[in-house]
Amino acid sequence: MVLAAGAVVIIVLPLIGLLARVSWSTLWSELSAHDAYVALRLSLETSLGALAIALVVGLPLAWVLARRRFPGRSVLRGLVTLPMVLPPVVGGIALLYAFGRRGVAGQLIYHLTGWRFVFNTSGAMLAEAFVSMPFLIVTAEAAFRSMDRRGEEAAATLGAGPAYRFRRVTLPAVAPALAAGAALTWARALGEFGATITFAGNLPGATQTTPLLIYLDIESGHEATALALSLVLLVVSLAVLVGLRDRWLGSP
Amino acid sequence: MARLTSNRRTALATALAAFSVIVVACGSSGSRQGMASNVTSTTAPSATSAGATVTGGLDVFAAASLTGAFSSAKTGLMRANPELDLTYNFAGSNALVTQIQQGAPADVFASADQTNMNKLVTAGLVETPVTFARNKLEIAVAPGNPKHISSLADLAHPGVSVVLEAEGVPAGDYTRSVLSSHHITVSPMSLETDVKAALAKVTSGEADATVVYVTDVRAAGRSVAGVSIPDSLQPDIGYPIAVVKATRNHRAAQAFVDSAVSGEVQEALEAAGFLPPH
Repeated sequence: MVLAAGAVVIIVLPLIGLLARVSWSTLWSELSAHDAYVALRLSLETSLGALAIALVVGLPLAWVLARRRFPGRSVLRGLVTLPMVLPPVVGGIALLYAFGRRGVAGQLIYHLTGWRFVFNTSGAMLAEAFVSMPFLIVTAEAAFRSMDRRGEEAAATLGAGPAYRFRRVTLPAVAPALAAGAALTWARALGEFGATITFAGNLPGATQTTPLLIYLDIESGHEATALALSLVLLVVSLAVLVGLRDRWLGSP
Repeated sequence: MARLTSNRRTALATALAAFSVIVVACGSSGSRQGMASNVTSTTAPSATSAGATVTGGLDVFAAASLTGAFSSAKTGLMRANPELDLTYNFAGSNALVTQIQQGAPADVFASADQTNMNKLVTAGLVETPVTFARNKLEIAVAPGNPKHISSLADLAHPGVSVVLEAEGVPAGDYTRSVLSSHHITVSPMSLETDVKAALAKVTSGEADATVVYVTDVRAAGRSVAGVSIPDSLQPDIGYPIAVVKATRNHRAAQAFVDSAVSGEVQEALEAAGFLPPH
């Protein structure tokens, strides 16, 4: 019991400490100050963009991993979950070597189109997608794998094509699990810091997402702003957890 | 250490004599011990009674631009004071100020500008600071200067991607004040947390240019090229150093500060390209 209480202390005490130091009276003025407002808006934009990327490319991959057998499938599955355990700053460095101006793919993209990810909002989105996509893939794959296939089979015997079946039968069946996965993915993208600051840079309005501004504010002694922004992210995280509590924390 | 000219030997002897004046009574554990005197240098007579070398733990919080010089000074300091446990914490000066304000265990603080040091002076957290080095700004570009940057004004060119240091970081603030007083508008692509991070953006090829100190360009060797900024545009860059009042090893802290003003550490600073304090 004592050890269990220790775990509670480690997790809960920092949250209490944060809440205790927030300056409630100046909260709104801190959040509506220009830099804070811009960072919050940018974070919303980049995290939703990252979620969109995750859905567009992650869902098909999850489906392939769940439904198709091919050599190397388990290796592929391991690789796509790697960003979940990789230290984010390592992810940022890896992204630099892949998509930076001198990177493997980045070089080609830059020469062909002049497009660059580093110092660009697209870079922040890419960094967030990199770290959060695995959550969607894992949740979606599990859902595709465990769903009742009889609906799909019935639709097939009735003459429905693969795309129709996917849209009208498969997706609705996995929708609850997908929603949970999407919520987690979005929350993870919103909170990303290490990969963003290493890969995308730090510029208000372009790449300075909320976690980056919090870090810089704490570093430069603007404690009140940092606390106000931290409170926003804390509330958002709690909302996601509360929304997911049955699915993630309850029995499967 | 490099060859010891007679000037350097005198300076070294002075530094060691300064250290040997100090009889250290407590190490980092806080226990008092009587130390036998142990003169570590006999090349020059010391004006004060000989004492033991400096011992105990010493945490020096220093601006990122001091990384090379302070690190190279460590070897000599540790050799002269084998029981000294010297550790450095290098970061942007503003980040270090915040850490010290929050109670981080620093014994000495070396800042890259007065503004940051003044925050600690006003808060009563440091003893009287003293200027120990001066520096100059320099533009850092990729080797070979592919974008043909020759002056600060070139940084305003739309085809040049520039990174600067963030608000509150001395190098960034110095650069911005020079740019604004000469009506040069630069739109940086990113605001980095210290000079080393800004330099890394140039060495990795992501940015075409940044503005750091001449000492940083020198320390980066062949991975960057430097474009000098004329003296007429240079701001007055003075590095202050001070003993942190909450230090638990005041003697070692004071000895380090003294060495930075004129001693082993000052020599390492000048070897790295810093200008002397006067």
